[in-house]
Parts: sequence; C-alpha cells; structure tokens
Amino acid sequence: MAVLPIALPLHMDVALTHLLGRKRQTLVSVTGAALGVGFFIAMAALMQGFQTFFIATVVDVAPHITISDEFREPARQPALTAFPDGAVAVRGVKPQDERRGIKRGFAIIDALEEMPGVVVAPSLQGQVFLRYGATERNAALVGIDPRRELRITRLEQDMVAGSLLDLETRPDGVVMGVALARRLGAAVGDRLTAISPAGVLRQVTVVGLYRTGVTAFDDGMAFMLLKQAQILQDRANVINRIRVRLADVDSARAIAARIEARFAYKAESWQEANEGIFNAFVIQNAIMYSTVGAIMVVAAFGIFNIISTVVFEKSRDIAILKSLGFAERDIRRIFLIEGVLVGVVGALLGWAIGYALVSALASVRFDLGGGQGAIQNDRFYLSYSIIHYLIGAAFSITAASFAAWLPARRAARLNPVEIIRGAA
Amino acid sequence: MNAPLVEAPIVEARGLTRVLPGAVPVTLVRDIDLTIAAGEFVAITGPSGSGKSSLLYLLGLLDRPTAGSVWLEGRDTASLGAAELATLRLARLGFVFQFHFLLPEFTVLGNVLIPMRKLAALPDRAMRARAMELLGRLGLADQAGKRPDQLSGGQRQRVAIARALANGPRLILADEPTGNLDTRNAQAVFDIFASLARESGTAVVTVTHDEHLAAQTHRRVVLVDGCIVEAG
Repeated sequence: MAVLPIALPLHMDVALTHLLGRKRQTLVSVTGAALGVGFFIAMAALMQGFQTFFIATVVDVAPHITISDEFREPARQPALTAFPDGAVAVRGVKPQDERRGIKRGFAIIDALEEMPGVVVAPSLQGQVFLRYGATERNAALVGIDPRRELRITRLEQDMVAGSLLDLETRPDGVVMGVALARRLGAAVGDRLTAISPAGVLRQVTVVGLYRTGVTAFDDGMAFMLLKQAQILQDRANVINRIRVRLADVDSARAIAARIEARFAYKAESWQEANEGIFNAFVIQNAIMYSTVGAIMVVAAFGIFNIISTVVFEKSRDIAILKSLGFAERDIRRIFLIEGVLVGVVGALLGWAIGYALVSALASVRFDLGGGQGAIQNDRFYLSYSIIHYLIGAAFSITAASFAAWLPARRAARLNPVEIIRGAA
Repeated sequence: MNAPLVEAPIVEARGLTRVLPGAVPVTLVRDIDLTIAAGEFVAITGPSGSGKSSLLYLLGLLDRPTAGSVWLEGRDTASLGAAELATLRLARLGFVFQFHFLLPEFTVLGNVLIPMRKLAALPDRAMRARAMELLGRLGLADQAGKRPDQLSGGQRQRVAIARALANGPRLILADEPTGNLDTRNAQAVFDIFASLARESGTAVVTVTHDEHLAAQTHRRVVLVDGCIVEAG
C-alpha cells in the first residue's frame, strides 16, 4: 500500500489503506462473513451428506419400483365404459369380495423383463407373529425367490450371518434383521413359531441375519421362501408384490407411471415411497439457507457499519480526492472494493473454517448402542462438494457488495466544497 | 512584481454568479468577470465572507455557477458533466488548501503519486522520477518515505504543493495556503508560487488575507460582498 505506492491499482490501494487503518473493525467484519461461509459449508456438507447417504441406502436396500395388488382409483364401472359421453351416474356400488393378489402376476413379470434395464422379482408380503419362547414380535414376512431376490436388492451384501440362498436348502428357513432377532432373543439356528393372520402356525428356523442400517428393514422384516410364505399365509400361488430394480435409478418415477398405465396395479417408485422424507429434506435445506442467510445478514450489517464509518471518517479525504480529479464513480469504486475485499477475504477464511469444521465432523463417532431412528449409523455422513464452497463465497461476496453499496453511493455524492469549507 | 510575458488566458469567468439556494438564498459571488493569463500570479483578497473561496472553487470547477460560466483554456465548461470536470481538474488544475489534506496513511511520495496514478499518463518509473524531482525542487527529497504526521506544517504544505503540481497543471488554485504557516514558511510557499508562474508559465490564483504576501503577486483582485471592487 502506502509503502509501495505503485504496487497495486490506485483504487485498490486506497481501499486497502482504509480497511487496514481500522484493523479491529475490519477483522470483526471479515470474521462475521467467514463464520457465515464456514457454517454454511459445514451445514451443507452435513445435510447433503446425510441426504445422499439416505437415498443411497434406500436405493440399495429397497426395490426401485414396487407393484402391489392395489389400485389408486376404484374399478371403473361397465356402464361408464359403455356410455363414455352419456349422463351416467352410478351410486351405491358394492365391490365384489375378490381374492387379493396380483392377477396374472407371472405374465406381468415376463412382460416387465422384456424391458431393457429392468430386473423383476415376485413376492408375497404379509404380517406374521414370530414367537420365540415367551417373546412375540410382529413382523412383515416376505416370501421371495432367493435367486431373483439377489438381482433386485443388495440384501445379500448386508448379511451378517448366513445367506439368502440358504433358504433354498432349508424350506423352513427364515432370514431376518439383526434388530428383530435381538428383540426376539433369537440367533441363527434357533427355531421360532410363525403365526399368520389366516391362523396357520409353522415352525421356522433362523438361517440368516442381515443389517442394512434402515430400521424398517432391520427391525420389522423377515424373509422366507415364496412357496413357504404362501402356505403360511394360506394364499397358494398368490403374489401381492412385484419388485423391480432398474439400471437407471432416476428413471423409476417415469417407468412406474408406464407400468401403472399398462397393468393398472399401483406401481410405486422409490421416490414416491419416500416422498415424505424428501419433502422434509426440502424443508431442511430451506432452514439451512435461512440460517446461513441470517448469519450473512448480520455479517452484512458489520460490513455496512465499517464502510459507513470509513466514509464518515474519510469524508475529508474523499473531498480532497475529488478536488484532485477523482470522479464520483472512482469514489464509489473505492468503497465497493472495500466491501468486496471484506467479502472475498471472509469467503477465503470461511473456506478454511468450513474445511476445518467438516474435517472435525468427519472424525466424530457415535455410540448409539443399536438405538432407534429410520437410518442407523455411527458417524456423520458428509458431502464434500466444491459447489458448497462456491455458494458460500457467492453468499459472502454478494452480501458484502450489497452492504457496501449504500455507503459507497453516499461517499460518491459528497460535496467536496461543503467538506473543505467545513474543515477550513 | 513584474507582469508575466505570456498573455494567453488560462481561465475566464464571465458573469459568474453563485447563489446558495434555501429559504433565504445567499449570494456568494455576483456577476464576476475575470481573466487569468498563463504565467500570472494573482491574489484574491477581501474581508471574510466576501466570496473569495467561493470564486476559487468556481474557477477550479469544484462548484458550479448559478449563472455565467467558466472558460478554461478557451473552452466553456458550463455544458460539461461531472466526470468531464473531474478529468479537467485532474489534468489541468492543481489545488492547495489552508489545510494540507494529505492522505495520512500514504507516504509523502505516495501522496504526490496519487494524481499521477489517477491520470496514468506516465509509466510507473517515470511517475516516481517526476514525483521525486518535484519533492527535490521543494526541498523534500529526503522526506519521501515519511508519513505526513512526521513532517512539520511547512513541509506538509510543500508536499501538498508538490501533489498539486504532479500532473503539470496550467492553473494552481490556492485557498489561503499560508493560513496555518509561520511567516518564514508562508514566504517560502509564496516564493514557490512566484517561481512557478515565472519559470513554467503556470497561472497561480491564491486567496490570502496577508497584505504583505498579496503585494508580491502580479495582480490583486479585491472582493467585497461577492463583487469585484478592484481588479489590479
């Protein structure tokens, strides 16, 4: 700056001189902006990291599309079909007491498997009571074809004991989540009693345990051979779920709509199944941006304060610069540069703070002791993205520029004659 | 003092009037006609509140007249915008005030360089050389690295003069430049102005209350109540 007069462009030189002349205030302003950027980076890493982890877990564990034996709309009455343009009103319809299940399920499976990038598995899902000694737990029992199941979920990778394929060699076998087994007090090899709502009672043997990290799976589901499940539920040859895995996960919503349009059965994509959680994510992101916005507003007030103070204190310098031939735009530029400098230095410092916070969060481990929650983990899942850093910097520089604009404009409009007269 | 040989007008005031608006308008200067030639050293004198500084600010394009116009080197400045006036001030005019108004955070050299850096007509090395040459002429070469608060009052005012001369102005406007100086320093400042007018043809217009110093100029313009009552 002043020691090396020509080292920097003149406007920058004067701006830097002003800021360095008020080191403490400048430091406070820069720190405010830096904390805003740093917290934003940490919060964004935390929230997006969890969201990405959640989605990856859900996508890995659950099928991408689940076709069930339900319809979104009541069955269309023949009279309405026969007279599409007529004034037909149907009232008091009593639905037929139909046997539940997907009709022509295996024909649908064959048709779906014709589609490229689509893998399909049938299943029968129903509630059962599992009893082991005096302990009884309610669970969703899914009857599966193990070999097909391997193709549509990654459950096999989550097995901590046994294998899904063990179901093929043990017709009475059942595979369940570790949390469910723990609640029952059962381990691999233990024989349980399964009781279906149809009143069928069978002895089953635990042949495998899995841990996905998703509580709904680990604590509330069990798997057995499809044929055995049909016997237990007293629903011979019935399937009520067709589960689909896609090569392109993001196309699930569109393909589900096509399946539903073709076969009428409700086809629910993984996005639809988790819509409530995704809506919560949107709210979570809004809260994050609001919080960071609030921090940046406070920081902006700090920047406004320092630049206003400099304008007030340096009004004589501004007058003399104008008398020397500085135009309004030059004066405005000097004070805008001051704001941008605070914003840029705040952003750079904020990047360091953000990186340090994210690194610290990454090293944290929890001991939840197999506790509750939709997703179980022992650490923060963090997203490392350059985008967070860029958004944080944009926040800081924009807020600082806005904060500097008003005092810069006021400085540019100062009348040098009034100031020089006042000083004389 | 002998009148200058060069007679080309540097600045002309034609029917210059400045009224401060307000509930009770205040007339600062009224219907001033004045021509300053190149190389001329002119003192504006008069009682306090007579409009001396106001006339100086109008001639220096820092203020705009309510009526009349200022012609600088044969060019009417009435129609020029604020940015164009700023450019003229930068390249053609130099100001010296009663207070030095040096930027306190910059060194002596840094202060003198500011107008040159703004004009950017010379490469860095040439700017430094010219600034050092100006400081040397004013006896401040050994003070170049100091800050203004390390200088005496007379030295500061000489730095302000060096800064005013940085871009080789055609007209120096000084508003009571000796007001805060002792007799010896005041005389030194006037000697600098006189030599500038004599040697480089720079016109110098200075406001002063000091009759002794005013007598050393080529011409005295006396203002009373915003009007010229004597034009030397």
